[in-house]
Amino acid sequence: MNPSSITIISFGHFGKNFPDKLADAVGSAFHCSVHLKEAHLDLSEFYDAGRRQYNGDKLLREVDSMKPEGSGKIIGLFNVDLFIPILTFIYGQAQLGGRSAIASFYRLSNERYGMAADDQKLRERLIKEIIHELGHTFGLIHCTISTCVMRSSTYVEDIDQKEARFCNDCRALLGMK
Amino acid sequence: MEKKISILVVDDEESVRDSLNLWFTEDGYRVACAEDAKKALSMLESETYNIILADLKMPGMDGLEMLRRIKALDKDSIVIVMTAFASVDTAVKALKDGAYDYVTKPFDPDDLSHLIRNATMQISLSQENEILKKRVDSLASVEDLIGKSEAIRKVLREVESVAPTNSSVIITGESGTGKELIARAIHANSLRKFYPLVSVHCGALTESLLESELFGHEKGAFTGALYNRKGRFEMADCGTIFLDEIATISTKMQIELLRVLETKQFIRVGGNKEITSDFRVICATNRDLKSMVEKGAFREDLYYRLNVMNIHIPPLRERTEDIPLLVDYFIRKYCTSMNKPLITIETAALKRLLDYPFPGNIRELENMIERSIVVGNGKKILLRDLPLGKEVIDSSVESLDDFEKAFILQILNKYSWNISRTAQALKVDRVTLYNKIRKYGLKGAE
Repeated sequence: MNPSSITIISFGHFGKNFPDKLADAVGSAFHCSVHLKEAHLDLSEFYDAGRRQYNGDKLLREVDSMKPEGSGKIIGLFNVDLFIPILTFIYGQAQLGGRSAIASFYRLSNERYGMAADDQKLRERLIKEIIHELGHTFGLIHCTISTCVMRSSTYVEDIDQKEARFCNDCRALLGMK
Repeated sequence: MEKKISILVVDDEESVRDSLNLWFTEDGYRVACAEDAKKALSMLESETYNIILADLKMPGMDGLEMLRRIKALDKDSIVIVMTAFASVDTAVKALKDGAYDYVTKPFDPDDLSHLIRNATMQISLSQENEILKKRVDSLASVEDLIGKSEAIRKVLREVESVAPTNSSVIITGESGTGKELIARAIHANSLRKFYPLVSVHCGALTESLLESELFGHEKGAFTGALYNRKGRFEMADCGTIFLDEIATISTKMQIELLRVLETKQFIRVGGNKEITSDFRVICATNRDLKSMVEKGAFREDLYYRLNVMNIHIPPLRERTEDIPLLVDYFIRKYCTSMNKPLITIETAALKRLLDYPFPGNIRELENMIERSIVVGNGKKILLRDLPLGKEVIDSSVESLDDFEKAFILQILNKYSWNISRTAQALKVDRVTLYNKIRKYGLKGAE
C-alpha cells in the first residue's frame, strides 16, 4: 500500500530547517518520497467569526482540490486554530482512506498551556500529528497500542506518550514488513 | 472476533453528520447517519444500533419525541441527546425520558471520547450481565430434575411456588431421592439466585465442629483456630443455607439454631461481636421429624420454625415410570463424562430395573448405571452388567436394622415374595422370616 509519493504543502512559516527534517521523518515512516511545497491561501474565507477559529472541513476540501504533481497523498500544514462543527478544536483532519489531510501546530505548542516553550517537543508533536493524519488517508483507524502513532490523542500529553512510528499491526495493515 | 459497536447519528446538519461519522469511524466504530427522526426510526426497525446520538432540534419530529419512541421500541437502548441550545428544562426532560446523557455541541474531543467509551462499557457490562444470568440459570434449573410421573410433577409445582418466597422449607424423603437437588432448584429459582447457596452436611460433623462451621470462629477460639474464619451463616448472606440431615443435630445446637433463625444474628465461636446475616434456610432429612418431636428428640419450636413449607420427595419405587428417563439421563451423563459413545440398555435389563425396589433410590440407580457402563461391553447395558443379582449394599442404611430390612426386602423381591424360597435363600426358617416381615412392616408390590 506504499504511496508513490507524499506532498507536504505548508501554508505559513515553520522554521528554517524543520521542513527538511519533517520530510525525512515522514519519508521513513511511509517508505516513500516526500515533496515539500509552499503555498499561500487567503484564510479569511475559512474563518468562523462566531467561533474565532478556522473551519477544518473547508480547509480539507481546499487542500484536496489542489492537484500537485504525482498521484500520492497530500497534507496541508497550517498554524491556525482548527475546528469542525461538532468539536471545539482539532489538531488535524484527514479523509479516511482518501487522498488529503490537514494538520495545524497551533495547539501543539507548550506556551498555549502555560508551559515554557520547547521547539524540539513542538516539532516532534507536529511530526507525529502529520504521520497520524496521513495514516488515516491510508485507511488506518485509531490504534489501541499506547505507543503507536495511530493512537487517538485529545491532549498534547497524549501525543507525547506515543512514538512517531507505527506499531506492528498498523505496519502490517500498511503492507510494510 | 469482537463485534464492532454500532452508532447511529441523527442530525439535520450534514456537516455534523459527516464530522461525527468520520470521528467515530476513525475510532473503529460502525457508523450510520440519518438526517431526521423519521428516517432514524425506520432504520431502527430493520437494524439494531448500540448507541444513538440524536440532535434535539430537528425539523419534523424533535429529538425528545424520537427518544420516547426509541425507548418504547427498546428500553435498554443508549440514546445521547445533543443540542447547540442547551437548557435545564430540555436536559431534565431528556434524562427523565431515559436519555443516557445530554451534551452540548460542539463537544470537547476528550469529552466525546469519554462519553462514547463509558456508553460502550455500559453496553458490554449489560451484555456480560445477561450472559452470566443465563449461565447461572442453566447451571441449576428445575430441568435438572428428571421425571414425568405425577409424583415428581407435584414436587416441581411445589418448588416453583415456594422458590420465589423467603419461607423456610423442609425437604423430606428417603436417602438418595435427590433432596439436595431440590434445594438447589429452589435456590436457583429464587430471588436470591445470584447469591451463594451454602450447604452444610450436619450429620457429618460433631457438635463442636458443626458450631464452628455454622457460626465461624475467631483466631485462638480453640486449639487449631489459627485464623478468623467466617461461618456458613455468614457466607450465606443474601443467599440460602441448606442444612442437610437436620434431624441429626444435638439439642444444644437445636437451641442455638432456633435463636439464629429468629434473630438472624449470631456470634462467632470465641468472638464477642454480633454478626447479622440475611439468609434463607432450607433443611432436609430422611427421618420423620414430626414423630421425633412427639418423642421429644427434636424441639417443637424449631420444627415449626423450619417447617413453613414441606416438600416430600417420593421414593423411586413409587414413581417407577421415571426409571427409563433416569436411566437415559445417567447413560448420557456417564458416557459423556467417560468420553464413551452413547449406549442403550437392553429391554430385559430395563424391565429388571423397573421391578427393583431401589432402597437407595436414585443414588443407587445412578451408581448402578455408572458401574454398568464401566464393566459393560460398550454397546448396550445388559442384565448381567447390573449388580442386582449380587448383594447390593445400600449406602443409605444407617443401622443394622435398616440394613437387615433392606436386605430382606431385596431378597423377597428377588423371589417375588415366595416365602419358602426367600427363607431358604436367607438360611432362616419361614417363621423367622414372617416375624421379620412383621417387625419391619414389609409389604410386597401390589
